[in-house]
Amino acid sequence: MTAIGWLQCLVVVALVLASVVPLGTHMARVYAGERTFLSPVFGPLERGFLHLAGERAVRPQSWLGYTLAMLVFNAAGFLLLYAILRIQGVLPLNPQGFDGVDPALAFNTAVSFVTNTNWQAYGGETTMSHLTQMVGLTVQNFLSAATGMALAAAMIRAFAKTGREALGNFWVDLTRSTLYVLLPLSIVLALAFVAFGMPQTLAGSVEATTLEGAKQIIALGPVASQEAIKELGTNGGGFFNANAAHPFENPTAITNALEIWALLAISAALTHTFGRMVGDKRQGWAILTVMAIILGGALVVAYWAEAGGNPLLTALGVDPTMGNMEGKEVRFGTAASSLYAIATTGTSTGAVNAMHESFMPLGGFMPLLLIKLGEIVPGGVGSGLFGILVIAVLTVFIAGLMVGRTPEYLGKKIEVKEMKLAMLAQLILPLSILGFTAVAAMLPTALASLANAGPHGLTELLYAYASATGNNGSAFAGLSANTPWFNSTLGIAMFLGRFGYVVPVMAMAGSLVVKTRGTASAGTFPTDGPLFVGLVVAVILILGGLQFFPAFALGPIVEHLLMATGRTF
Amino acid sequence: MIAHLRPAFVLLTGLTVLTGVVYPLAITGLSAVALPRQAGGSLIRAGDTVVGSTLIGQSFTDPKWFHGRPSATSAPDPADSSKTVDAPYNAGNSSGSNLGPLAAKLIDRVKADTEALIAESGATTVPADAVTTSASGLDPDISPAFARLQVKRIAATRGLAPDRIEALIAGSVRGRDLGIFGEPRVNVLELNLALDRLTRS
Repeated sequence: MTAIGWLQCLVVVALVLASVVPLGTHMARVYAGERTFLSPVFGPLERGFLHLAGERAVRPQSWLGYTLAMLVFNAAGFLLLYAILRIQGVLPLNPQGFDGVDPALAFNTAVSFVTNTNWQAYGGETTMSHLTQMVGLTVQNFLSAATGMALAAAMIRAFAKTGREALGNFWVDLTRSTLYVLLPLSIVLALAFVAFGMPQTLAGSVEATTLEGAKQIIALGPVASQEAIKELGTNGGGFFNANAAHPFENPTAITNALEIWALLAISAALTHTFGRMVGDKRQGWAILTVMAIILGGALVVAYWAEAGGNPLLTALGVDPTMGNMEGKEVRFGTAASSLYAIATTGTSTGAVNAMHESFMPLGGFMPLLLIKLGEIVPGGVGSGLFGILVIAVLTVFIAGLMVGRTPEYLGKKIEVKEMKLAMLAQLILPLSILGFTAVAAMLPTALASLANAGPHGLTELLYAYASATGNNGSAFAGLSANTPWFNSTLGIAMFLGRFGYVVPVMAMAGSLVVKTRGTASAGTFPTDGPLFVGLVVAVILILGGLQFFPAFALGPIVEHLLMATGRTF
Repeated sequence: MIAHLRPAFVLLTGLTVLTGVVYPLAITGLSAVALPRQAGGSLIRAGDTVVGSTLIGQSFTDPKWFHGRPSATSAPDPADSSKTVDAPYNAGNSSGSNLGPLAAKLIDRVKADTEALIAESGATTVPADAVTTSASGLDPDISPAFARLQVKRIAATRGLAPDRIEALIAGSVRGRDLGIFGEPRVNVLELNLALDRLTRS
């Protein structure tokens, strides 16, 4: 670890923190339905879309109406994307002449992009036409992110307001998230990316004659426009197979810093949006502090593990100064790669600028841990916020049990119904991750896909199902996941992790929103101070630890211990 | 449920056109006008032929060139399309090795490469980037230390004085971006083009 390495991390974190208040305030105005500085540009579009959608559609909704609207919209998005994938061979903008995608991969990919996971069982530059990348994948990058943000807005209103139909309207939130937040930020970021070297062209590829006289086919495409929303919307699906490690997806350390900012910015700022909308900004800061503590801790471990290098290679005469460089790019080095890995798994992005599979055992453990903690520090856009609010509800309940008082959060009483729904949502994660991993670990068809033997092989499986269920999308990418078994089970895991989680959470929001907000008394447990922050951190770690520690022990932890003995596989 | 079909249809259509057609095409158009070199892939041309992209590494095996890092990219086997063969710096199929830190394949590969480099250069250790594959398999850069490690071989092959090559490297090192971000590096393709100019002069 070097001082300049830490400085890089701190500068990026400072950029993220600097954008929390302006961006969070802007989003609070967006979800309050107020005019923003972008209204002159996008206001006519918003009114046009919602007018065509119909007067009845944009009335306030109950939790069930809101949730159903979300499900119908996502089902429609799934069908459209699945169709585009299947028939891309006969559609235009296919300069490389790719065929339609087979049914299992098309199912997996469509679920993946609709659920904001962006798990990719294919290599982008060898499978997807430009039309698919733009009209299929880029669109779901926007819409799955806007869906998450809309749900977060509804969840915030559950605490901020009272009334059966006070959660808002899904169509309005979806449209405003896209028009006033995601699209304008994407336009600015995409142009900045091109300025720093990212391609943006409709050409398919270019043939070069190298200095040694060989032919080199260089794949190109509309990269920058997809890259911008891929990071801002915590999507993570790469234009190219190597994702943001590909020099065209991440040409310099400056684009790298911008990408890390982009994938953290909205999720971090939504905590401020939350604080503003519930009328107490300190509540937002408390949540952001929880996220920063866990993310910071994971970064220290990952950077330490990567900067130390691989002792097995050091013994062969490799200078450990640069750290573990297998699966990393020279322009980033270990500091920028570790920070990227932590940011991309702390959010549910899953873009990578280095191969997590080739990280040191404890370096690769941290991304896996962050995914399994539930993608809430700070989590995907929107999904991270409502996820951590579920944990906050659990925390006040546990705190309430300890002192024997009726728990309440932001003046709303937390009762049996809310706890049942919160636990139902929370149990999806271990059920899907551990259940599928256990089955896969016994199936010869699944084991044939492993790229590495020993504990690392188990980690490949764990990481795949964690990534799918947590809607992250990054991978221990040696796993040959484009098989019927993995395409179907990972598709189911992604579906469960998104919609199996969201429906009970929205039911909880529906139960909370009808309650009146009580005023704080001397006996109210304050949820804006260090004690609460510490308790939430503890609940997150204990919950994740209880669920997953045995699996961790068999994967990365035993691998780390074996490394000291010089054992190889 | 039926009541949701109309807004779903309207918004999916409208937002698809906006974010999937208008947005990427507008960025493409603006980039083509304002930033044509970057938008087209930062290509290097010699006359009419494209020599490569400054951002994409190339495979160099001849001892007269600076070599890039090992690359784990592959290509379909011409004899059997269900299999793949090693194809370093295949810019149509980016990929890392995805070998874990304890993989015997990794240790064996690094051992052979390290021994060869130590024998060639006379150094006692090698920089890590010299014997590890990059994440993309297309890394255009090497560390300044790896470039310097190759001076002896290139000087001997080209009949150039080693200090002229050292000076070339020193002039080609790109520092951290803005003095903070990333790591110091040398672009291999640009360095080799400069090396050719040096040899000709």
